[in-house]
Formats: sequence, C-alpha cells, structure tokens
Amino acid sequence: MTLTFTLNGRKMSQEISPDESLLSVLRRCGCYSVRSGCDTSNCGICTVWVDGHAILSCSYPAPRAEGRSVTTMEGVRDEAQDLMTFLAEEGADQCGFCSPGFIMSVLAMLRELKDPTVDEMEQYLSGNLCRCTGYNSQHRAIVKLLEKRRDEHHV
Amino acid sequence: MAGSLQEAYELLLKSRQSRILAGGMWLRLGSTPISHAIDLSRLGLDTIQKTEDCLEIGAMVTLRQLECDVLTREAFSGILPTSVQSIVGTQFRSTATLGGSVYARFGFSDPVCALLSLRARVVFYKAGEMDLETYLASPPVRDILTCVRIPLSSQAASYQSLRHTRTDFPVLNLSLSRDEQGLHTLSVGARPMKAMRCREAESCLDCGDTEGALQAVRQLPYGTNMRAGAEYRQEIASVLLERALEEMKA
Amino acid sequence: MSENRFRAVNRAVPKTDAFSIMGGAPVYTGDMVPRDALTVLLLRSPHAFARVKKVHKDKAMLVSGVVCVLDHTDVPSHRYSNAGASYPGNNPFDRRILDEYARYVGDPVALVAAETEEAARKALKLIRVEYEVLQPVLDYETADTDPSVVHPEDNFVFQCDIGGDLEHNVLSTIQSDGGDFDAAYAACPIQLDETYHTMANQQAMMETFRTYSYLDQAGRLTLVSSTQITFHARRLVSQALGIPQAKVRVIKPRVGGGFGAKQSMGTELFAAVVTHLTGRPAYCCFTRQETCQCTNTRHAFRIRVRMGADLDGTVRALWVDSLENAGAYGEHAANVIGLSAHKTIPLCAKAEDWRFTGKVVYTNTTPGGAYRGFGATQGCFAVESTLNKLAVKLHLDPTLIRLKNIPEVGKPMSAYYGEVLQSCSLDRCIATGKKMISWDEKYAPAPFSKPSGPHRYRGVGMAVSMQGSGITATDNCSVTLRLDDGGFYTLLIGASDIGTGCDTILAQMAAEILQCDTEKITVSGVDTSYSPYDKGSYASSTTYITGNATTKAAKELLGKMYDAAAETLKVPREELFFDGESFSGRGARLTVFELGRDSVNRFQTWLSATASFSSPTSPPPFVAGFAEVEVDTQTGEVKLLDLVGVVDCGTVINKALAHVQAEGGFAQGAGMALYEQVHLTEEGKLSTNSFMQYKLPSRLDLPPIRIAFEESYEPTGPFGAKSIGEVVINTPSPAIMAAIQNAVGVTIQTLPATAEKVFMALRAAEGQKEIR
Repeated sequence: MTLTFTLNGRKMSQEISPDESLLSVLRRCGCYSVRSGCDTSNCGICTVWVDGHAILSCSYPAPRAEGRSVTTMEGVRDEAQDLMTFLAEEGADQCGFCSPGFIMSVLAMLRELKDPTVDEMEQYLSGNLCRCTGYNSQHRAIVKLLEKRRDEHHV
Repeated sequence: MAGSLQEAYELLLKSRQSRILAGGMWLRLGSTPISHAIDLSRLGLDTIQKTEDCLEIGAMVTLRQLECDVLTREAFSGILPTSVQSIVGTQFRSTATLGGSVYARFGFSDPVCALLSLRARVVFYKAGEMDLETYLASPPVRDILTCVRIPLSSQAASYQSLRHTRTDFPVLNLSLSRDEQGLHTLSVGARPMKAMRCREAESCLDCGDTEGALQAVRQLPYGTNMRAGAEYRQEIASVLLERALEEMKA
Repeated sequence: MSENRFRAVNRAVPKTDAFSIMGGAPVYTGDMVPRDALTVLLLRSPHAFARVKKVHKDKAMLVSGVVCVLDHTDVPSHRYSNAGASYPGNNPFDRRILDEYARYVGDPVALVAAETEEAARKALKLIRVEYEVLQPVLDYETADTDPSVVHPEDNFVFQCDIGGDLEHNVLSTIQSDGGDFDAAYAACPIQLDETYHTMANQQAMMETFRTYSYLDQAGRLTLVSSTQITFHARRLVSQALGIPQAKVRVIKPRVGGGFGAKQSMGTELFAAVVTHLTGRPAYCCFTRQETCQCTNTRHAFRIRVRMGADLDGTVRALWVDSLENAGAYGEHAANVIGLSAHKTIPLCAKAEDWRFTGKVVYTNTTPGGAYRGFGATQGCFAVESTLNKLAVKLHLDPTLIRLKNIPEVGKPMSAYYGEVLQSCSLDRCIATGKKMISWDEKYAPAPFSKPSGPHRYRGVGMAVSMQGSGITATDNCSVTLRLDDGGFYTLLIGASDIGTGCDTILAQMAAEILQCDTEKITVSGVDTSYSPYDKGSYASSTTYITGNATTKAAKELLGKMYDAAAETLKVPREELFFDGESFSGRGARLTVFELGRDSVNRFQTWLSATASFSSPTSPPPFVAGFAEVEVDTQTGEVKLLDLVGVVDCGTVINKALAHVQAEGGFAQGAGMALYEQVHLTEEGKLSTNSFMQYKLPSRLDLPPIRIAFEESYEPTGPFGAKSIGEVVINTPSPAIMAAIQNAVGVTIQTLPATAEKVFMALRAAEGQKEIR
C-alpha cells in the first residue's frame, strides 16, 4: 500500500507493507536518527512526533500515519541547537544512541509544558531510558536551557 | 483502516487471525500470525464525555488523554489519571488506548483495576453493554469494544500500586471507591491474575469494620510470578488497602 | 593544584562528535549497511541442553530470496573464544560458529541468509531440527557434582592450564595466598563468615549487537562492527574461519555503548561466515531479546568471605572464596574471578594473611562475559558488606573502620600482585563524602532510630572500592600522531570510543603537549587497516594506557617539529620558542602551517610519530560511595534518597566526561543493588530477556547522584591520570545494603534488595525477636 504523509514538512509517498511500523518506514526514508532500542516499547529511543505528539515509532502502525505530519530529529535540528549545546557541555551525550529520541521528548515537553518543575520533567521524560549517564547530566542541561529561555523571555 | 464499525466488525469475523488494532503496543510481541490488523483510529472513538449519570470514554482514547483530560482528572478523585501515570512513559501512553487495555484484560493492567472499583461497564459493538466484571470473567470475545461507561456515583476513590521500578508493571494493585450511600467497591489486580472484586472486604467496609476488611482482602487468591511470590502479595494487599483508606480519609 | 596549570586537559571539553551523534547523523553500524547486504537471522535452540541430530534445511532453501541456510556441518570446525583479550590468555576455545551441541536456551543452531528480512524470517520458520534433548545443568552451585557435562566435545582447547576439569563442569580453579590465613584467622578475637550472591546483570547498552561484512577492494573480508575490541575481533574472526589475519579487516564506527558486553564478539561471525562463503555483503543485527538472552551478561557469583579482625576494627585475616557461573561458554570467566579478590583484599591493607580460592563452572545458562567492574563489583559487594557487618558488630563507625584499613602510598599491596601504591586520596574521598551526605548527623548506629514517617525509617551506608588502570604488562596500545599539511594534527588510534569519549580525551592530551586547542586534533574511528594497534577499550585502560602512548607520541612529534623548525630557520633548537602557533627565535618565525606544508613538500621526513605503551603497573583508582535510603517496614520498599560518590582517578582529564562516567556508573550500580532482577524458567530459559521484564532504573528511580573528585597525582599516568570507567559501579550495592541495615536492621546478602526480600527479612527478624 502507499502511505502519503508529511515528513519534516515535506509531502511524501512511500510504499509500505500494511503491518510495518512507522520506525521502519522512517529509516527507509533516510531518517537515521530514528532507531530501535528495545523492540518492546520500553526505551523511548524511537521517539518521533505525529501531529506534534511524541510517540514511539516502533509500535506505531505505519498506515496510521496516513495524512498525518511526522517530525523526526532531522526536522528539528535548529530548534534543538541550544539543547544540544547544553547537553554537550555537560557530557550528557555519551554514546549518543538514545540522544535523538530523548531530544524529541524534551522538545515535545517544552511545547506542552512551558516551564516544567523538576518533578514534571522527570515524570514526562520517564519513558526515555539512558544507560550511560544516570540522567543527572541530562537534567542539568534542561535546567540550563530553561534558564536561558527565561532570560530571553525577560529581555 | 476501517471506515465504519460495521466494516471493522465484518473484517474481524472474516479470519481468526484478524486483530483489532488499538494502540498497537503489543502487536509486535505476539507470536501468532496476524492476517488483518483493523485500525479503529478514525471512527471517532477517541472522546471523553460526561452524560447525566456516567463518564463515557471511547475505546480509542489514549492513556495520555485519560491522564490529562480535565473530565477524568476531576472525576473519581482522579484515580484514572493516577492509575495510568506509571505506565512506561509519556510516549507509550500517547499511543496505548484504554480500549486496548480493557479488551486485553491483562492481569497486570492498572486501568482495569481502577475501572473495576468504579463499577465500569463496557460496550461492545455486537454484544452491547455489560459489566466490566462480567466481561473479565467471560470467555474470549470476537467483538469490538467501543466505549467504557463509568457511573458517576463514586464519591471518593483511591488507587494504590506497588512496583519494583516506578514504570514497571505493578507487583500488586488495588483500587477502592465509595458511593453516595457509603457502599464500597474494592478491586485487587496483578495478583498476578486479573483484577477481581473482594466482596467480603466491601461488606466489612460498608459496616465500618476496617480490621475485617484488611483480613478479608488477604483471602483473595494470590499467585507467584517473577515479580513476587503469593505470600508477599497477600501481605501487601492489606497494606495497600490501608493506604487507600488513609488517602480517602484525607 | 592551580586551575591554570593545564591548557587542554583537566577541563570540561565537549566531545568531538557531540553534535553529529546527538543530531542523529548516520554514524552507527546500522546506519551504513550496504543496500544489497543479505539479512542474517539465527535459529536458536528452545532447549537448555541438546545435541543436534539433524537440521532439515530443504524447505527453507526453497524460499525465494534465500541465499544460504547453514548448520554446524556447513561452517568451519575451528574452536575459538568470543572473548576479546590479548593472546595467548586464559579464555578457552570452547565455541564454534554453529555447534553440534546447543548449550543454553537461545544457543544458535542454524543460520539463514536471504535477500530480504521477510524471506529470512519465512525460511527460519521452515527449518526443522531433530534434537536429542539432554539433561541441563542449571544450578551453578551444584554444577561440579552434576552428572551432565556441558562441554563433552573432544576438540575443546585450554590455552593454558587454568585448573579446568571438564568432566565436572569446572572451567577453572584458582588459589593464591599471602601469609598464613588459617593461623591469623584463628588468632583473631572477631571472626566473621558470610556468604553473598550477585546476579547475572545485563549491560543493557542501548545499541544492540550488530555487524555488517563485505569483501573490500582487495578481497579482504571486511567487518564493520559495533565492538570494543576491533583488533582482537580481527584475530578471532580469522581463527574461527581458519583464514589468515591478513585477509580480515575490522572497522569500528560510532558505538552506542558497550559497558563490557562488546568486549566479546556477538554478531561478527554470523555476518562474516556468510560473506566468507557467499562473497555477498551480509548484515546481522541482534534484537534486544537476543542481546539479553544470547550474548553475555555479568557473571553470577556466590562469594563466601571469612574475615578476622582486632577489636579496634583492624582486619588481620581475609579469605575470599568465589564461585562463578561461566554459563555455557567461558568468555572472560577465568579472568573475572581473579578481580573478586585482588581488587578487594588490598583495601584491607593490614590483612597480611589472606587467601583467595575460586572456582568457575560451566552451566547451561546464558554465557557470562565482561561487564563494567569485571568481578571487582561482585567482590566489592561481598567484602565491603562484611566490613560493614564488622562495623555493626563492633559498634564502630564504618567510615572509621575504612580509615583504619585502607592502603597507604609507598607500600606494596601483596594481594594486588605486589604492586606499590603510588597515588591514593581515598582518605580524602571518605572525608569529603561524609561531609556531602552529612554522615555525622545521619549515621545512627542503632536501626529504627531515624523514623521519617509512619512505618518509615532512614539509614545511611557506605563502601569503598578500587579497580585498576589497564592490565599489568599484558596489553599494548599504540597511537600515531602526525602534522598534516594544513597545519593541523591527525591522531590515529586503535582504542575504541564506545561513548566514553576517549577520542576527545586523547585529543585533549595531544593538544596539551602541542599547546593547541583540542579542535586542532582530528581523531577518527578505528580501522585495522589504518589504525595503529590497540587492544581495545576495556579494563579501564584507555585514558591511562593509550593516554600514555598519546603523550609519548605527542612529545616525540613535538621534538621532530623542533628539529625541523631549527633546520628551516637555521636557529639552534635550544633557542627556539614554541607557542603552539609558531616557532620563533633570533627574530625568525615559522608557523605550524608552514611546517606542515613544508613537511609534505621539500622535507626529507614527514612529521609524524608513533608510540606504544604497555604498562608495568596498573595504578588503582579509588572511590568512596555513600547512600541514604528510606525503608517502609510495612512493605519492604526501599526508596533511594541520596547517592554520593567521591572519586580518586588521579588528575581528571575531562571534567564533564569524568563526571558523567561517575554518575552513570553509580546509576548502574544502583540498578544492580535494587531493581535488576534475573529470572530463569524451570526449563532454564532467561525470562528477564527484555526491557519490559529486566528493569533498568528510569529517571524516576534514581536520586540526584552527587559526584565529587579528590584528585591525586599518579606519577606513572598521563598528566597524573588514572582510570575511572569501572570503579564507579562498585560501591552502590554494599553502600545501599548497609543503609538498609542502618535503617531497619536487616541485611540483604543476595542482590537485588527487592521490597519482597526486605519485607521477608524484616519478618524473619521479627520472628526471631519473638522466639527470644
């Protein structure tokens, strides 16, 4: 079957099989930031947005994306620039394999919750596992980003 | 992608290997081959509405909607949002649906335990409306779950669970509600078997016999799986009930 | 130490590849697979122990798109080890690519290579295997008396005598002594005898095992693989396939974590054998389930500790008796067991009379392998928990017991291969950690003395640990550093950056000596065709060993640059001044750019230097770890409130990366202590084989992990540095168990401390009270 959808702002038509996951379609479309980590919907590495909502592309049936707008890391690199800078400063990228999915979750959170508390942040991001960092450095980076945004807002 | 419930139903009956696609979260984990995955995502089953006497939640309402919707947050002491907020993570809950959880009636289900204590009813396309409790006890059904109806009679409720990690399946869960007449409904799930009501404890609570209820809840059947042993589950069932009563007092 | 002593090291420098990996650039193995690569899938045994009588492949072969279906009769019969370690070593050659015996649930029996994944899946289902099902050995504690023999094959090879006895499933036995344990123990007024169990934890790096292979332009079998051991993999593949090493090439791109798992091969040979036999590119990628169940885990241990002490808490006699489950294959097992004693006993430096006995057994379970800590973690849990028990028994503060016993600089450590300790700030680490966690306010010797709510009590606990920095006199690491004609430097390394940041750290070291910014040093991944030899990334060695090679090479290159500048400028070398940008003297000036340009133009020599390092010692880094918990006595739930770690890794080379290494290590240690359960079915299948069932701590399960550094200066290390990678995982288990004991008086000696275990222990303690 043919899937017609918007990928990172561009209209796409892609031949897919009916039981395919969105993840596999996205990788075929060249979005290599979208990766599989666990196969059981537990790790958050494959996080992308469908119509602006963060979802797990490994368990999202590709046909369901028909007519919808899908966003991957490749489509938000500009928006992610500050966050990436702070993550790099903290060394929070480590192996980097989970970073794109994590960044997609953080950006979705910041669109949904303008100024989250630490508890809200941890709750929102709890579906993004990371084995390298122990999460602390990620949190420090987000806090720095929030501070920067607050400062910009005041200016 | 089904265009109507009738079309979906016909597709479902066509082959034993057809499956209704709710969230799709478990699809890749099964080993049985699936010939048709029937997607209900465009049938308008994703709304939460309040009627005169019940809250009606469409089968395709996601767990995330259940968590964030103002209607579910305000009703039943907020136990529906509480019951789902430990399920894996935000992205998972954005795709997983209530219908998927209820239809599958897994023993570990958090929302099923909460719904059972709220005396929820389930509505199927062909079989019509029935008690969730009846459905939980019934043999497998080839039908389409369209919505869940929860009577608004509950006045106070509490949902409790114990987990190894905060986003793991529960070791045990327990949900308690009390209606206008002071009557209690108590369900215990992840025993690890399916959630069930504990009528003996309910009657004790109705008469104000807390001690009796704490004893009664230990008498339910409990089992052992990799998360805990039957004996431990039995012990903490009464602790969770105590915590629920404590919370409802407050 | 002044802040400005260094220019490039001892700072928080972002990783050289930070933006490409975070931005999702296609830099990992799975992102670069050739379009025409065959998909390789494995058929795995449902039995824990079985002999393969016959594999019926004919139906699978008929599936359109299937290129080959292989079983043990089709692949080379050479035995080898999956373990990446220098050769010769202690790892038995006990594997074949596909074997006649399936030795655990998930052991591969047949392999399918097909044009598409769909075809490969279809074919896999059509293979029928006739098994002779055998009685498996599932309990490692009785494996040596089990009538079943896990390795009955006649071409099993021990590389050297490690005390094996295959008839009794014994892979290795080991004993070493210092002084006279028996006499010293008998003379001690305090004697403790305790037994502990640790689990077969999952490394759980986020990128599963994956390899693709092809024949390169020279017809060499080329593997692109997610590995920690690029050069060892080349040797092991050549050994398994029976082809010369010169015909094998291995490339390591970015790697999505390893933590030791990828110190053993996983997917390499399954891709390689297909390319070797068909000439076609092939890709083998393990699922998470395969990675959990069918590669390698931490080795499960039972450790019995006998500790004799004086009344003041000085440990005089110490016997560590370790039993280790190798699982079905022996990767790293005979080396891992040694660390359970040699990296724990030295922390009781006054115990001149010590003994280490160890036994490694084969069973029909998922093979063990390397996981961060490598035996020291298991040993640390046992020995440090016993020290904490000693503190309770003597009513002494456990931090003071440590200060009485820790090793001193300048003294030889007899249980640490006699090496003389040259740097240690463990006393300062303990002092700083105590301050950070407010130990003196929080530590109350009596349990139940810190109620924090109904049925809730708090407690604190601590432990110390050491690791090594590389393996003494065993491994060689080399680097090549050159000045390129654009006036920048290229650093060629064979060390495998797996997310640890060694590409950046080594570049910082070169930059420090060449007095330039780190960005001026270009570092690439590893390719055995072009990179200098390095044993790979394991044993906490890259910063120390490859770091020493890097500083050597940088100094040599700088010397050559001085010589070339002196010759060009006709100024004596001693009068030249170098500021990182240019050489100047007697009014003349030559920039690095000009030097680079001329070196490929009119000079007789290209400016480059290659240096190697193999260390005669393995200087230990140290850590003092603290934990605070709150225990609910009604349910046994343990809430982790605080984790504090103070680390002595010598000079910190990269402050950000070292900090995150430490935080990550503590997080994994906390997972091992509280959450990560391992479960086998009765048939011996690992049921905790997914992230759904094997629970890594999420961010909701961990407190803020607070790390501090107490730098020492290791005279043999680059800029005074030692290692950090492994030591940071060791202390959470004993520290958290001690905190639980401190809170509610029960001791958990089998990990992890689940609520159920704590509850049952509390109930048993309650019962004992009633009997009294």
